[in-house]
Amino acid sequence: MSEETSKLPKDIAAAEGKVNVQINGTWYQFPRGMRIIDACKSVGVHVPTFCYHPKLAIAGSCRMCLVEQGMPPRLAPGQAPSYDAQGYQHIQWMPRPIIACANTVCENMGIKTNSPLAEEVRAGVLEFLLANHPLDCPICDQAGECKLQEFSNDYGKLKGRYTESKTKKGKNLSVGPNINLDQERCVLCGRCIRFMRDIAKDPVLSFSQRGTHNAVTIYPGRELDHPYSMNVVDLCPVGALTSKDFRFKMRVWFLKETKSIDVNCGTGTNITIWSREEQVYRLTPRQNDEVNSCWMPDEHRLNYRFINSPQRIPQPVIRTDINAPHRASTWEPSFSALAEAIKRVPADQIAIIASGRMTNEELYMTRLLAEQIGTKHVDIVSRVKESDGMLISADRNPNTTGAQVILGLENPGSQLEMIRDGVQRGKIKAILCLGEDLTSPEAGFKAQDFENLNYLFVMDHTASDTARAADLVLPGVSFAEKFGTMINVTGRIQRLNKAIEPIGYAKDDWTILQSITKALGSNSPAMNAVSSMDILSLIGQEYAALENINWGRVGDCGLQVLETGVTIPLIEQEKNPQG
Amino acid sequence: MAFKTIKRPKISIGERFYLKALLGGLVITMKHLVLSIIGKSRSKKELGGSGIGVTMQYPEYRWDKHLPEYYRGYPVLVKGEDGRERCVSCQLCEFICPARAITIKPGEVPADSQWNKVEKAPVEFEIDMLRCIYCGMCQEACPEQAIFMSQGYLLTPTDKKAGVHNKAKLYELGGTKQGLVNKWNAYK
Ligand code: SF4
Ligand code: SF4
Repeated sequence: MSEETSKLPKDIAAAEGKVNVQINGTWYQFPRGMRIIDACKSVGVHVPTFCYHPKLAIAGSCRMCLVEQGMPPRLAPGQAPSYDAQGYQHIQWMPRPIIACANTVCENMGIKTNSPLAEEVRAGVLEFLLANHPLDCPICDQAGECKLQEFSNDYGKLKGRYTESKTKKGKNLSVGPNINLDQERCVLCGRCIRFMRDIAKDPVLSFSQRGTHNAVTIYPGRELDHPYSMNVVDLCPVGALTSKDFRFKMRVWFLKETKSIDVNCGTGTNITIWSREEQVYRLTPRQNDEVNSCWMPDEHRLNYRFINSPQRIPQPVIRTDINAPHRASTWEPSFSALAEAIKRVPADQIAIIASGRMTNEELYMTRLLAEQIGTKHVDIVSRVKESDGMLISADRNPNTTGAQVILGLENPGSQLEMIRDGVQRGKIKAILCLGEDLTSPEAGFKAQDFENLNYLFVMDHTASDTARAADLVLPGVSFAEKFGTMINVTGRIQRLNKAIEPIGYAKDDWTILQSITKALGSNSPAMNAVSSMDILSLIGQEYAALENINWGRVGDCGLQVLETGVTIPLIEQEKNPQG
Repeated sequence: MAFKTIKRPKISIGERFYLKALLGGLVITMKHLVLSIIGKSRSKKELGGSGIGVTMQYPEYRWDKHLPEYYRGYPVLVKGEDGRERCVSCQLCEFICPARAITIKPGEVPADSQWNKVEKAPVEFEIDMLRCIYCGMCQEACPEQAIFMSQGYLLTPTDKKAGVHNKAKLYELGGTKQGLVNKWNAYK
């Protein structure tokens, strides 16, 4: 036997800074100092928890994660430890369970999550939690995604023995502009308190009273009005903190979840779109430790109503005579009318104003369109404001980086001034406006500027002043209705997924651009693309920065493709809490 | 696997040509024929017939009295003795309905209402009776004893719209149910 194999497991593990732990009868190695709960999770052993959250400080208050634990017996003075055939010491099980979240693994430790003791203590903890619970699941918005419901089903006794009357606490209390509190439903896990204290840095929540009257309370005279306050709704494992916006809108079990990204700023927060029957009901953050951790700003979370708003443009609209009102049209005649109109204007008098809110695929089609027309006047509207020092990036366009790469813009937004000037001096006679309202303060056009134009084409999903002035409006779709990719401020390419079908007769923006370019006589390979995934593969062949990119490689959590040097403050803070 | 040989039973000529079964059936038919001709057909009274023939004279005579207690007519919503609408728009019936007949628009109970403790109630509640298959799943799923299969079966909508029962209609058909659901009183 070589020296290597005669070593005990503990020495082999110790050499790598690891320890041996037995979980439910199987031996594993974990890094020294790992929490028992993380260790169990990493090998697929589920431990139920309420108060534990990987991004928050440990509280150990809910006791839900109790497990049975054992260690080798303590040796008498002079006694040598004995090892079994595999080289492990005998485990002596402790009579009392320990909580898995606040204890770390150590050498030769044993954990049982399915022993009679562990099962009994879990059922006991649940019985205590339910003793004063109002059991109003039929009216509770959390029903269906409630940890208390799930755990009592999986581990509880299903029958209460508590016959005394329950303690009364506050119900349906408004604690902030977006949040309602129900103290009776609360399991006192304190996740919300720790989030507000450690992450939002606005400690307005706390426990008050004692015993069964113990309840989460808001500081007198204050409101839970932090710009990130709605994350406590996601954190709350039960229905104690609920969203006013989502209140009684729809039961969660009807909603379809679609992984996507937030398009309100350059961070590209990973989100889940919750929809039912072509209607979006809510957005929630999705964990991505490189982009948004587990959080999302309220402002972006609540910005989804435009998707199903009556302001959406349902079908193509055309103006056939100057000053005539718009009338509804269909797709094919609109494309040929547009192609004719473009051909009538000399190429250098046409400007294309694209948008930093377009996906890479749409920007690529825009580039092809510009090349087909032969114009150099292509730019996007830039939106730079102030960053909030957490997740909202200074760049309020979600895909400025993409526009820089795909359209080859050095300085996005710098040509806009020139185009505006050209329009005013009559040098530019036609504008193709893609997904922007030119009368918005960022774009800076005036309504009378449009009078100088011979032709104004707008592709957008929602009615705007620019669309009202346009000769032809083709309805595109919002972020929830399309597939595509965007590159965030840090240079990470991420995917948008389609949650609902386009509203009315609207079409996916990239297909509109494809049809226009085709009508102008292009025969680029992109004219044969049938999905935005095809376009992404074409992009991967053409751009060095995005070499070999394709839909599968981007994945649900995105792929770092560029080094822009920009960072996301909240993520930096999470990575070096001291700095 | 072991096989077991089973002996075929012996079938007589009469059995082979179904003679016995045919004759038995004919006897029953003849019995009813004779009873009908002499005006003494069965269930003459309950079926409201003249005694000739065994057809029920619907709609003058109806099954109503004969319906078993578990008969599943159209689903209705009920109010409690205290006048509270029992449905809290939990949408469990909408979820369970295999025919997707139910559409609920949940809403909030106004703060000044006597029943504001319930917090939630349907703004609109529609059952498309052209879709409903009278399965009774909604009644079974309801945690609030709010939706019941009634004994009613007389539905003659004249167009598709009239086939949809809205909340007002469902409460009108359902009326009040005896027995209190104590879950939502002030002390609970
Ligand atoms: S009886 Fe069945 S089909 Fe009819 S509404 Fe109820 S669940 Fe739906
Ligand atoms: S009738 Fe019953 S199951 Fe249906 S929504 Fe109302 S309370 Fe829920």
